[in-house]
Amino acid sequence: MGTLAHIGRYFILLKATFTRPERFKIYLNRTLEEMDLLGIKSLGIVALLSFFMGAVITIQTKTNIDSPLIQAWVVGFATRQSTILEFSPTIIALILAGKVGSNIAAEIGSMRVNEQIDALDIMGVNSAGYLILPKVIATVLINPFLVIVSMFLSIFGGYLVGMATGIVSSVDYLQGIQSGFIPYHVVYALIKTVVFAFVIATVSAYQGYYTKGGTREVGISSTKAVVYSDVVILIANYALTQMLLI
Amino acid sequence: MIEVKHLSKRFGKVQVLTDINAKFYKGRINQIIGKSGSGKSVLAKCIVGLHQPEEGEVLYDGKSFHAMEVDEKRDIRKRIGMLFQGSALFDSLTVLQNVMFPLQMFGEMPKSEMAERAHTCLQRVNIMDKDKLFPAELSGGMQKRVGIARAIAMNPEYLFVDEPNSGLDPQTSILIDDLIKELTEEFNTTTIVITHDMNSVMEIGENILFISGGRLAWTGSRDELLDTDNQDLNEFIFAGSLMRNAKEFMRGKSSGKR
Repeated sequence: MGTLAHIGRYFILLKATFTRPERFKIYLNRTLEEMDLLGIKSLGIVALLSFFMGAVITIQTKTNIDSPLIQAWVVGFATRQSTILEFSPTIIALILAGKVGSNIAAEIGSMRVNEQIDALDIMGVNSAGYLILPKVIATVLINPFLVIVSMFLSIFGGYLVGMATGIVSSVDYLQGIQSGFIPYHVVYALIKTVVFAFVIATVSAYQGYYTKGGTREVGISSTKAVVYSDVVILIANYALTQMLLI
Repeated sequence: MIEVKHLSKRFGKVQVLTDINAKFYKGRINQIIGKSGSGKSVLAKCIVGLHQPEEGEVLYDGKSFHAMEVDEKRDIRKRIGMLFQGSALFDSLTVLQNVMFPLQMFGEMPKSEMAERAHTCLQRVNIMDKDKLFPAELSGGMQKRVGIARAIAMNPEYLFVDEPNSGLDPQTSILIDDLIKELTEEFNTTTIVITHDMNSVMEIGENILFISGGRLAWTGSRDELLDTDNQDLNEFIFAGSLMRNAKEFMRGKSSGKR
């Protein structure tokens, strides 16, 4: 099957996904469950990763700009900018593509090979809508929350490591993270987050939904879900940055 | 009644079904038999609309399924109950939730009535005390019974059963066959059973269709089976020593009568 055929089938699946739910309340309950499974249960890894990445950004920034011509508060400024503009929205999205994307593809793929999706279709349930729509809504709603938490923890991680190692003073770091703050950058980051969340949920669901074969193919679908989500996220990242920042 | 007319289906270059014409009668157990890979399950999946045939049509009470609007197809599907070969129970739901699922999606009754109805269906398949367990905690036979309970939850007019005896011990197979027979009589369903289990055919088969090489090679009743001169069907039926002995026994009985 060629790339164009896959793209066409992806959009046909999206059309089936965004049709009117049979029972709104059941979809709402499923969305809340997915928010817990795909979002809240990812909080731990997001927090851990954000904290240490913030710490590393601070140390590396200080190492690279260790010059008497550059003021000490620039470390805080650079940490904040790197975190808000790129690290939190993009790197966290790539990490979530691995965790959440593989989960979605494996779950839906297993349902496909075990004929559970056929069972839904035969009952007259719109299987694409029932299985995929709650996951899309859940990730689109919960990922911005995860990214905001990530932003705070990353900047806080940089602050703590700065204090602990003495490479930047508290006053300088706090001055840096307040300098030249542009609120639109947070909006830009959140727009990216929503787009990436949509990509993760739909690309992974597509890979799972059209799984053919057995458990080996479920594994292959899961891997493809992560790889293709990452590729689309990186392309979308470039496109959105050019559209929204220049 | 379900009628199949000139139905052909291929996957890529592989022709799986060729010009199938068949009738499946209401209130009877219609069995599709044939070797593994002969196209039985594909035929059933074409009938329920999971596969789109390249040619031909499927008529539900005289109305072409493939010509129906999406809403009409959904309505037909709400009247279909299907037991899959692997039961296809939803892993994340308990036994009770599995049986309640179609009721919750389409039923108009309060939740307490849905639970009551689901319990009645579980009672009907003799699996009352397992309602809080998950499918993974059940044996294969129990999973089949839960699958049947889910299939009959919406009082189906058409009951599809794919390989009901596969992976089951002979005793459980007989129980499942008896259940299918009872449910067909009780609900007056058009029941279509896909099987290659000749014991099941001899126990409950009424209208039997033999698929060979993707073509409908023979149709008839259970009694006509043993006297068929269709070579493929004879090879299929009498592959096992039990059936060979049964044939000898039946022939002995009929010659004795004379």
